[in-house]
Amino acid sequence: MELTTVWFVIIAFLWTGYFVLEGFDFGVGMLAPVLSRSEPERRQVLTTIGPVWDGNEVWLITAVGAMFAAFPAWYAGLFSTFYLPVLLVLAGLIVRGVALEWRGKVATDRERSWCDLAIFAGSALPAFLWGAIFAAVLTGSGPAAIVGGVFALALCLLHGAVFLALRTEGPVRRRARRAALTASLAAVPTGVAALSAIPAGGSPLLWAVALAAMAALASAVAFAWRRREGWAFAATAGAIALGTAALFGALWPEPLPGLTVTEAASAPYTLGVLTWIGLIALPFVMGYQGWTYWVFRKRVASAPLSKVG
Amino acid sequence: MEALDLARWQFGITTVYHFLFVPLTIGLGVFVAGLQTAWHRTGKAHYLTLTKFFGKLFLINFAMGVVTGIVQEFQFGMNWSEYSIFVGDVFGAPLAMEALLAFFLESTFLGLWIFGWDRLPKRVHLATIWAAAIGSNLSAYFILAANAWMKHPVGYTVVDGKARMTDLWAVLTNSTAVAQVPHVVGAAFVVAGGFVIAVSGYRILRERRAGNGADARTWRSGLRAALVMTAVAGAVVAGTGDMSAKLLHEQQPMKLAAAEGLRHDESGAPFSVVPGVEIPGLLSLLATNDPGAVIQGADDIQRRFAAEFGPGDYQPNMPVVFWSFRVMIVFGMATVGLSLLGLWLTRKRRRGGERPLPAWFARACLLALPLPTLAVIAGWLLSEIGRQPWTVAGELLTAASVSPGVSLTEVAISLAVFTALYGVLAVAEFALLARYVKAGPQEEPAVRQGQDDDDSPALQPTLMY
Repeated sequence: MELTTVWFVIIAFLWTGYFVLEGFDFGVGMLAPVLSRSEPERRQVLTTIGPVWDGNEVWLITAVGAMFAAFPAWYAGLFSTFYLPVLLVLAGLIVRGVALEWRGKVATDRERSWCDLAIFAGSALPAFLWGAIFAAVLTGSGPAAIVGGVFALALCLLHGAVFLALRTEGPVRRRARRAALTASLAAVPTGVAALSAIPAGGSPLLWAVALAAMAALASAVAFAWRRREGWAFAATAGAIALGTAALFGALWPEPLPGLTVTEAASAPYTLGVLTWIGLIALPFVMGYQGWTYWVFRKRVASAPLSKVG
Repeated sequence: MEALDLARWQFGITTVYHFLFVPLTIGLGVFVAGLQTAWHRTGKAHYLTLTKFFGKLFLINFAMGVVTGIVQEFQFGMNWSEYSIFVGDVFGAPLAMEALLAFFLESTFLGLWIFGWDRLPKRVHLATIWAAAIGSNLSAYFILAANAWMKHPVGYTVVDGKARMTDLWAVLTNSTAVAQVPHVVGAAFVVAGGFVIAVSGYRILRERRAGNGADARTWRSGLRAALVMTAVAGAVVAGTGDMSAKLLHEQQPMKLAAAEGLRHDESGAPFSVVPGVEIPGLLSLLATNDPGAVIQGADDIQRRFAAEFGPGDYQPNMPVVFWSFRVMIVFGMATVGLSLLGLWLTRKRRRGGERPLPAWFARACLLALPLPTLAVIAGWLLSEIGRQPWTVAGELLTAASVSPGVSLTEVAISLAVFTALYGVLAVAEFALLARYVKAGPQEEPAVRQGQDDDDSPALQPTLMY
């Protein structure tokens, strides 16, 4: 494979990692106020993502850093064109990150509710906007961007809900299942609508991936219905991964209108050395991140309120 | 007013703001790891108390460093698209490496450290904070290598109006980076040390007032460690500062001239302490090791640049660079002086036993918070304003770096959003830190000890949430 193609695939992979991983912690952030009815339950919900959300967000930093290095014109064009939406994404990520870290350290209910609001808004904004931004790149149409945004938002809600059903116990687990089924009512139709962003003349492979994403989405709903929580989470993760693959398949070979990957790419030397660095480092990263998930694999219970740091 | 001006203000504001938190992440992470190691080795309870106390302050601060750092990575593309397209091939590489090799390490292992107190074996848990701290320091290296390239570009050629990397190793071992990394990282340790000194001084005063002699001793041990860290790091900063001056003479003569207010080429150039007070020959000596050497002056360089690059103003804002340089040196030296004084005051008695720490010194410790922070900000102003009007020295002007398609209104909105958001967060962060410092170490709730391999659900972590 040619280096430009390799790097396009690597960047697609990094975005996929980002959407799959931060997708569920966006969902959890949005669902926290809905699914928890008391402070211990609220902490139960947020503890499921506590150890991992920051590591998940690094997938975005890495994806963007890799775009900067491998396709400078794509990086510069995307973020200067979608200037205000990207600004809102950043504002969301800022208040969310700070609120997640500070929530356990503030003293009053009032301060905690500010953190809750920031976590909610800071999860919803980027989830919606990433969907909208990429839909706008593909279609160039405002209404399609909104559909894309709603699809991404609903998919994150569904993904987060099945994650919570898998990672918690007690009432939160039951409510999470219901939330997953509710979220699917929005995710499935907007997902079908999002298929229209794929060019009709697109390759059969692209269509196959997109339809597989829809199949994964449908099976996620079925698994959630039948309380197969592990399978439901695998299916939503699969739906997001396949959906992202379809998105990047549709972006090839023009990731921005009028800009081909070849025009946007860095020179072979840079792509070459970065390939080696990436191939050596990524397995380590995935290894220790995977280990983190293993360490915190137990279901989180709602602990009685105690004075914690 | 142009979009360019606001984009510059935004970059300056968001970068200086980001760097208020970064030094604490870099230095305090290692300090906390050191405390936990001391606890691990000696089993002394006060080390654990200090680990958890400073660990919590570290985490409050860490969050701010992370979220303000994300802005930096997007900002190049948003406001400086022409710059990004020109440099991406070279400049993007260390940024991508920073994310891949440093940020993942830092974020993932910090998550393990925060939530792993009662889930991981003690030794493994200790390793997680070291991994996170190493990640922070590695990230400093990559970002400073990228930054150094802007001032002294190496390992590249320009093809079709874009920089193309020819030698990654040259970029990563750029002489400017080799001098800058220990200088900036050392300064980060001075800031972090100063933070611990100030907090410890405050706690000592407070414990004494409350009559808690034993607790005051806990803080004294933290204070001693921080004094040592600050003094050692201060020596590194001073030494590499000298290296940087010599490199400036070779690589960035305009910045050196601006820092010294030197207008004309001069042999045996004097060091200007403040305008009008000069030490003959000292600048030549510092910059070249030869008191008689010729140092280039700003007006003469301007003439040479105009001849080489065409008409234009090639001088940075001279007074800002001049005074930043002095603020950096004076405030930085004052911090190190304070730490040396503290070490002398807390030295061991010849017959063993501790000297009481004078109350005036405990009060003076509070200065160790603002002094090094201001020094570091001044250092960045010197370094980055002194680089103007270039984003990449000799290759790309700042005016040619800005995004052509982004309107003044858009940049104005973004500048307003960041300024407002950052202002609110600064107040909240300071209030939160102050509250924890005032409250002192908290009793941790009883936690289950050791590894649990049973099927009972996980308890809430003890450090947060």
